[in-house]
Amino acid sequence: MNYLSQLLFLITVGIATYILTKRISRIRKNIMMGKPLDRSDQPNKRLNTMLMVAFGQQKMFKKVIPALLHLMIYLGFLIINLEVLEFVIDGFAGTHRIFAPFLGDFYTLALNFFEFLAMAVIVSCVIFLFRRNGLKVKRLSMAELNGWPKLDANLILIIEISLMLAILTMNATDQIIQTRDLAAMGMHPYTKTGTFFFSSFLIPLFQNMDTTALVITERFAWWIHIIGILGFAIYITYSKHLHIFLAFPNTYYSNLEAKGKMENMKEVTNEVNMMLGLPSESSEQAPAEIGRFGAKDINDLNRVNLMNAYSCTECGRCTAECPANITGKKLSPRKIMMDVRDRSEEVGYSISKGGKGLDDGKFLLGDYITAEEINACTSCNACVEACPVNIDPLSIILQLRRYQSMEESASPSSWNAMFSNIETSFSPWKFAPTDRFNWADEVKKEEMN
Amino acid sequence: MSNTTYQVPTMAEMAAKGESPEVLFWVGCAGSFDERYKSVTKAFVKILNKTGVSFAVLGPEESCTGDPARRGGNEFLFQMQAVSNIQVLNGYNVKKIVTACPHCFNTLKNEYPDLGGDYEVIHHSTFLQQLINEGKVTLKGGGTFKGKKITFHDSCYLGRANNIYEAPREVLEALDSELVEMKRCKTKGLCCGAGGAQMFKEPEKGDKDINIERTEEALETGASIIASACPFCMTMMTDGVKSKEKENEVKVKDLAELIAEGLV
Ligand code: SF4
Ligand code: SF4
Repeated sequence: MNYLSQLLFLITVGIATYILTKRISRIRKNIMMGKPLDRSDQPNKRLNTMLMVAFGQQKMFKKVIPALLHLMIYLGFLIINLEVLEFVIDGFAGTHRIFAPFLGDFYTLALNFFEFLAMAVIVSCVIFLFRRNGLKVKRLSMAELNGWPKLDANLILIIEISLMLAILTMNATDQIIQTRDLAAMGMHPYTKTGTFFFSSFLIPLFQNMDTTALVITERFAWWIHIIGILGFAIYITYSKHLHIFLAFPNTYYSNLEAKGKMENMKEVTNEVNMMLGLPSESSEQAPAEIGRFGAKDINDLNRVNLMNAYSCTECGRCTAECPANITGKKLSPRKIMMDVRDRSEEVGYSISKGGKGLDDGKFLLGDYITAEEINACTSCNACVEACPVNIDPLSIILQLRRYQSMEESASPSSWNAMFSNIETSFSPWKFAPTDRFNWADEVKKEEMN
Repeated sequence: MSNTTYQVPTMAEMAAKGESPEVLFWVGCAGSFDERYKSVTKAFVKILNKTGVSFAVLGPEESCTGDPARRGGNEFLFQMQAVSNIQVLNGYNVKKIVTACPHCFNTLKNEYPDLGGDYEVIHHSTFLQQLINEGKVTLKGGGTFKGKKITFHDSCYLGRANNIYEAPREVLEALDSELVEMKRCKTKGLCCGAGGAQMFKEPEKGDKDINIERTEEALETGASIIASACPFCMTMMTDGVKSKEKENEVKVKDLAELIAEGLV
């Protein structure tokens, strides 16, 4: 019987690993569809940013209560996963609580701490479920979340609660089984673990069950937890919850320059220099292959943009601060990120099925994101500032605008007029360039005192 | 030209005399052409004169930095502007630039280096703060602004874009006024609605204009002066105050104007 469960465990882990590896490699390939971007500079500062923002959750603490609840879930998952190590060894070796005899009292202490965290996770998740569905916080109940995103958010919370309940059930039944006479049934007795504070409250629920039923319940809870964790790992690759991994590389590779700086387009510089008769940097080298100017689809964006999309938690902090969105415009920086991810998934899926991939006749700009959205952006950087994982929706918006202007000349007509003013009179307004210095005439006549 | 009137030397004039100023004052298109912002330019020039700063302007040789073209997506036009401007600036061997426009400031400081223009660029709020700290600006004690409530509207291109939050506030504090903050300020400051080339087109369809939302917030503070440090914010907030019919009670003023008024 033991061998059977070991075999089952091996198969379960094997299948999960296979699916997970495939998913990870798919996402990696999707992100690599973007243009390369060199962010290998300043490794210390990058590491520091990652430690502060991702590991230390610095930006979450702009809103203290959600930050604390989120921290509980985060710590819970991080630390309770230590216990999964024991699960895995037990599963492969056919042992039961292999660490308990070695660690003695410390094992009891550690498990009590894990149970405390499990409780904290449950409480936090319940509050989050209530906030999401009962309180109707605006950023969590906007129309762009209808359908899958809303279900996804609720499912994650429910799965997390279930996983924690499985642990508590397992510990409760385990404690009862320890008092039963397993030898009489021809089984090894369960290792003594001492009392687990929180799960002992559940003991009355199971007290009246016979030993066989208890062992089945305990094993069942164990399997639910391990299958749950493996399933969850696969699930999150389809979910906004991927941020629990991607937040780390995402913050590491985040933009360290002044937020106001737009990335320079080198390919344009060469042309401009040539037009002005200046030596151009790469005139000796063969001209790099120029794709599109700006971005029309995901492969025109850079890899950090695409990783941003996969790291987005759909929390809407960006949209809640966006001046355009606040005043009722269609633009929502969160939706920009969701669209980029959806399009990447669509293209990636098509490629994996041998389909047309990027050449399916659809584009990010037009089929997902409209001109009305990108044109409403004031480039105010409020979204970038607000994002707890340093995502930069503005960078994507501005690249789409570059495509709109340079490839299609389809900017709003007042912008086209402004462009031609700059071209002809060197100012965005139509004034005679010779009048530029007229302001000084009056002040030059004024007496200084 | 007698020295009792204000001086506005140009780089060309200075170069002809074989001189070069300590700092170039980059006036910007709004500062040169916009009726309202011209008075900010003049106020700043007066401060420069009175504090004896060695400065010059480009005058007719100045040209749009290209910021609105770049934000509107026209990278080609931006770079044409930038490269031509850099030729002029490098031709005069400019080392240090001060400007009263956060958009010019951001572009000159952060975006010109990639195209060969490396200068020390400071925004006039920082410049004024330095003058005050160095004791070069002496303000009429307790006069004009004492006890007046002033609220400061953060420009996105100063604040979030370049992390300048304190300099303008220190300037206002030097006026002995009572600085009151809006609900959304500093890193959370709400845009006036004009950045990213929005200044040059009508807003997209929505329920409200951004400048109205921001003006309402500014009016809630009960301040009688809304201080700004950006030509676009100035326009948007002034329009907002007008549409709320509060232009008699509440004034929108630039930092330089406030300092110039308070100067001894
Ligand atoms: S930068 Fe654009 S998208 Fe981001 S908050 Fe500002 S207006 Fe909204
Ligand atoms: S971009 Fe950042 S702030 Fe916006 S929804 Fe995604 S994670 Fe939240």
